Amino acid sequence: MKLDTSGLESAAPLFGVTSELVDGFSSAPSFELPVTTDFDGFQKEAIQMVKPARGTTTLAFIFKEGVMVAADSRASMGGYISSQSVKKIIEINPYMLGTMAGGAADCQFWHRNLGIKCRLHELANKRRISVTGASKLLANILYSYRGMGLSVGTMIAGWDETGPGLYYVDSEGGRLKGTRFSVGSGSPYAYGVLDSGYRYDLSIEEAAELARRAIYHATFRDGASGGVASVYYVGPNGWKKLSGDDVGELHYKYYPVMPSTVEQEMVEVAGA
Amino acid sequence: MTKQQANWSPYDNNGGSCVAIAGADYCVIAADTRMSTGYSILTREYSKICKLAEKSVMASSGFQADVKALQKHLAARHLIYQHQHNKHMSCPAMAQLLSNTLYYKRFFPYYAFNVLGGLDSEGKGCVYTYDAVGSYERVGYSAQGSGSTLIMPFLDNQLKSPSPLLLPAQDAVTPLSELEAVDLIKTVFASATERDIYTGDKLEIVVLNADGIRREYMELRKD
Repeated sequence: MKLDTSGLESAAPLFGVTSELVDGFSSAPSFELPVTTDFDGFQKEAIQMVKPARGTTTLAFIFKEGVMVAADSRASMGGYISSQSVKKIIEINPYMLGTMAGGAADCQFWHRNLGIKCRLHELANKRRISVTGASKLLANILYSYRGMGLSVGTMIAGWDETGPGLYYVDSEGGRLKGTRFSVGSGSPYAYGVLDSGYRYDLSIEEAAELARRAIYHATFRDGASGGVASVYYVGPNGWKKLSGDDVGELHYKYYPVMPSTVEQEMVEVAGA
Repeated sequence: MTKQQANWSPYDNNGGSCVAIAGADYCVIAADTRMSTGYSILTREYSKICKLAEKSVMASSGFQADVKALQKHLAARHLIYQHQHNKHMSCPAMAQLLSNTLYYKRFFPYYAFNVLGGLDSEGKGCVYTYDAVGSYERVGYSAQGSGSTLIMPFLDNQLKSPSPLLLPAQDAVTPLSELEAVDLIKTVFASATERDIYTGDKLEIVVLNADGIRREYMELRKD
């Protein structure tokens, strides 16, 4: 049986190759590059002018029952909130999820590309791809575009033959296997809540509640996070969306107003 | 010897605003017709709206040369699709094509802020909103361009519906009738024209529904 080595092919763009859009998924898509001596400067200028949408707080952790994945839903273009309803948990296939943090277009495009590659792997090898394999495919692609300005901070979470799997992959080319991650500008806040409440033997409801709280606290303190806190669970039968709650409403649940004792009531001032 | 910097930019901003609203069985796409460069007006009668397929209409503001190139590219791809599949592209398919087309120029972006409106395969109105490098989302309404920061908060106030991410899911289509939506668009552009120097002259409104496509114009302030 011929081994499928398409995952090892170089994904970097070749100078002088025109982009062929009609095919181009067995190898990586080739991108048109600007003809300039100062590639970095041009990218910086273009990004500043165009202000692509960026997304923010995501987290995932492995526990006894599987993997819990949660994210907010705000996208900002500079200081403007371009959307409060972005899907940051991307369904790669029925048993694998990817999260979006960093450039929205970068994450959407490369996750879609990863989904296609995973499907091609299934067709070529007659079995599902592992979480290890999928994350490696993505990491290799991102590594080959390293230094070109992509901004991707993603987690690949899934359930394969070896059980629950969770990998962190970023646009610097990093790929880490782990049990607990939070990515994005709101991640320090999410880590605070997540780390203090985490136990390996949480039940599904407790884990979902912990994930939801962590996202809520991140949206409370981080201006670039907000919208709807979505929580997904990945188990042996695939992923399932457990909840989607507006964080404005979660605020009243987690920060209930305590009636404070009134010291002195305001009195009406007599007319001057 | 210091590194030579480029003394010209391949981009320019021609200004303008675009809005689209999706209804239960219609979609309204509108844009002003002013084309500017810097503080000068190049023309008062430039259409930013382009019909890409039978049920897909795109409005784009930003750098009109890039917009023109983008429209040409999408029209060509649509023609190929028609030859290969013997049917028009659906609006969701065109939406993803636009996203991929924008992303293929990730390292030399189209300076175009697009909003795609149309009818999905069930006949319901759909609006897709994009950033310049291709991230997209289906929404009930959207505004892009120089007046978008003035228009969006107003549309949020009038039309905001429950997020599609909420669970249990709640329906997200605008409850307005077609005439109310067109009226809202006119109001919105009249206000945006007051406070945005790049928006004005004339408003072009395109309405897509089961009966077909209809175009309407309204004068805006020319100052």
